[in-house]
Amino acid sequence: MALDEQSTVAVKPVNKSKVWLLVKVAIILGVITVAEFIIAYTFPDTLRVLKISIFVGLTIVKAFYIVAEFMHLKYEVKALIWAIMLPMIFVVWLIIALINEGGAILQAVY
Amino acid sequence: MASIASSERVKNIWKGGVSPMRVSYGKLMMWFFLLSDALTFSGLLITYGLLRYSKPAYQGAVDAFVPSQEYWPVPEKIFDAIPFFHGVHLPLVFVAFMTFVLILSSVTMVLAVEAGSRNDKKTVLKWMLWTIIGGLTFLSCQAWEWTHFINGSGKEGWGILLDNGALFTGANLHMNEYGPQLFADLFFFITGFHGTHVLSGVVINLIIFYQVAVGKMEKRGHYEMVEKVGLYWHFVDLVWVFVFTFYYLI
Repeated sequence: MALDEQSTVAVKPVNKSKVWLLVKVAIILGVITVAEFIIAYTFPDTLRVLKISIFVGLTIVKAFYIVAEFMHLKYEVKALIWAIMLPMIFVVWLIIALINEGGAILQAVY
Repeated sequence: MASIASSERVKNIWKGGVSPMRVSYGKLMMWFFLLSDALTFSGLLITYGLLRYSKPAYQGAVDAFVPSQEYWPVPEKIFDAIPFFHGVHLPLVFVAFMTFVLILSSVTMVLAVEAGSRNDKKTVLKWMLWTIIGGLTFLSCQAWEWTHFINGSGKEGWGILLDNGALFTGANLHMNEYGPQLFADLFFFITGFHGTHVLSGVVINLIIFYQVAVGKMEKRGHYEMVEKVGLYWHFVDLVWVFVFTFYYLI
């Protein structure tokens, strides 16, 4: 209980390189979203598998930047990084696998 | 801390006395909560991936698409409306805008966290306020999107002709003009579950905003609470990135 402690915390100056890094990440995320949008518009329907692969790839790139930079996970200790990443890698793999060939399970039932 | 840690403790960081993950208890638990929440969302997306195969994919030309109960719809043909431009075909423009809003609010949140690490109360308040505004904008957009989805597009040749001769447009949990029933059900579940997270994120942000404003963090001497709600907010953004791809783009 440090209630009567005076607010002596000093304001530190802005870390310009850190802010610039965050802005850079924001620009990357924006550019990727625009790219996804353009691909959704212009890609020929005949190359559906390639289109979906590009979307999934870009999504994972976006997820990497959000988790690594915004959520700061890149700068945590290795034990924490792996504690979070290992389960997620398997789950993302499961999502992609089922979106790709989930129909096989339904065929086995009926 | 360093003065307490004797040499034998340094040998094994898991034997107590130091925090092996080098984050506070609260932050570590936030990470594990987010992990469990990610598993819940993954469950929904996996369900989507599986149930999508209950009906075949639409095979014809995208331009000639008309919804039917017999095949899975093309999302860009369903989600093509934006407010004030009724009847104009603008596929995915509104959803892309919503994605931008959420990414931007994530950026303002990370700037608030950065200001918090410098004990800069005024800047924290400024960026947290922008984050809250971004979250509310997203929620309003989603409310419009849901209203439009529920009421129907009113497009020529769309809708379900009922037995009494009336035309049903839109979708709910037991009828759906856009295609198989599961498409509407999954839309409500996935975007609804995400929207609930955004709503609770805005509420939590408001609470922390208030606490920062009355000087609670200054008294505490650090702004770690802003960091923790920041983690939650980025997670909400992260989930939307996946929903955007798997529900709207594919």
